Amino acid sequence: MRKELSVILITGTFIGIAAVVLVLLGNLPNMGFCIACFERDITGALGLSDFRDFAWIRPEIIGILLGAFLAAFFTKEFHSEGGSSPITRFLLGMFVMIGALAFLGCPLRMILRMGGGDLNAVVGLIGFTVGIAVGVMFLKKGFVLGRTQKQPELESSVMPVIMVGLLMLLIFLPVFKASGPIFVAGKGHVGADGTSVSQNIGIIISLGIGLLVGILAQRSRLCLAGGIRDIILIRNGVLMSGFIAILLFTLVCNIILGNFHLGFENQPIAHSAHLWNFLGMTLVGLGSTFLGGCPLRQLVLAGNGNTDSALTILGMFAGAAFAHNFGLVKAASIYGKGAVIIGLIVILIIGYINREKSNAQ
Amino acid sequence: MIEIDARGLSCPMPVVKTQQVINKNPGLEISVLVNDLVAKENVSRLAESRKYAVKSEEMEDGFRLILKPNKPK
Repeated sequence: MRKELSVILITGTFIGIAAVVLVLLGNLPNMGFCIACFERDITGALGLSDFRDFAWIRPEIIGILLGAFLAAFFTKEFHSEGGSSPITRFLLGMFVMIGALAFLGCPLRMILRMGGGDLNAVVGLIGFTVGIAVGVMFLKKGFVLGRTQKQPELESSVMPVIMVGLLMLLIFLPVFKASGPIFVAGKGHVGADGTSVSQNIGIIISLGIGLLVGILAQRSRLCLAGGIRDIILIRNGVLMSGFIAILLFTLVCNIILGNFHLGFENQPIAHSAHLWNFLGMTLVGLGSTFLGGCPLRQLVLAGNGNTDSALTILGMFAGAAFAHNFGLVKAASIYGKGAVIIGLIVILIIGYINREKSNAQ
Repeated sequence: MIEIDARGLSCPMPVVKTQQVINKNPGLEISVLVNDLVAKENVSRLAESRKYAVKSEEMEDGFRLILKPNKPK
């Protein structure tokens, strides 16, 4: 038990510090990591969405999945499995992304924003917790998404290979049409003092940090939804301690560097529409609970060989493209607000329908 | 002994089911079948926190966890 706790604490410490380092090296403020935003950035780079402001094939995402893959492979935990309501999971992935983009962050970024003093993220945290609590209620009533089964070996290798493919596109940056992909945002990898960080070094460092995060997250089973869920469900704080370590180290580093600004207003890449920060993260919490893990955990599980998580990630890509193309981000438009509400309703319906038939227990 | 087949169930269902059985049948020995290491770790952690001794047997497609409640005093 103690070894479990120390691996989680090491993971949380590393992520907390790495997040601040990545911001110093050029990632946007309070966004050392954001699984949702980074996956969205990839859709922009590939031209799947029309939002190109931050278009960049994010090495952090590639690194996390491949790092988890390496850790699983070398500890013989890599197993090809899937087949548990795959298309429902794809849909859940889409809605989790829509909720995250309404809030402007995944659960991990939510913590990083809190570590930067962004109180809007606290509103998000409350929503996230409510979403998980509702999800847990459904779980107790027997919500299931079908049993995971062994899959052919090829299935589990597809996602890691896709990631390697994305890495090749990132390194060589081919241009496929005159105006076409691969798109690269004007900004994105500029150093903190305004000078340009060499793209090669930027890629190597981001990829390297991603790999380490992937390895640590795989070994520690870190999951931000799981952390809150375990406290609600079984009163166990082991996973949560990883959460707290990230918050603590991000907070301390930000204070030391003078990057800590407490408040609601003028927070970087954030908004103060409290209701939509709350509901967006409720959607993320509920969806993540049904999916069996937060967006970070989905990356790690896909690296572990879980094809359902791979599909969930693809659903998140689709959700990101959809969200930007249809103007749903920040829940700024009526469609954005509607999308969050529809997401909540659809997921509640999924929860209601997918209860186990045999409720004798 | 009550047997729970939690094989192939997504996190946290193995833990949820085990907890429900423990709550309904305090003091009874429970056998839980899981596929993967993470489920084994999670169920073991739950069992230990509820004062059950955990014995794990490897099976062809996973693990069988035998949970024995510790006798009080």
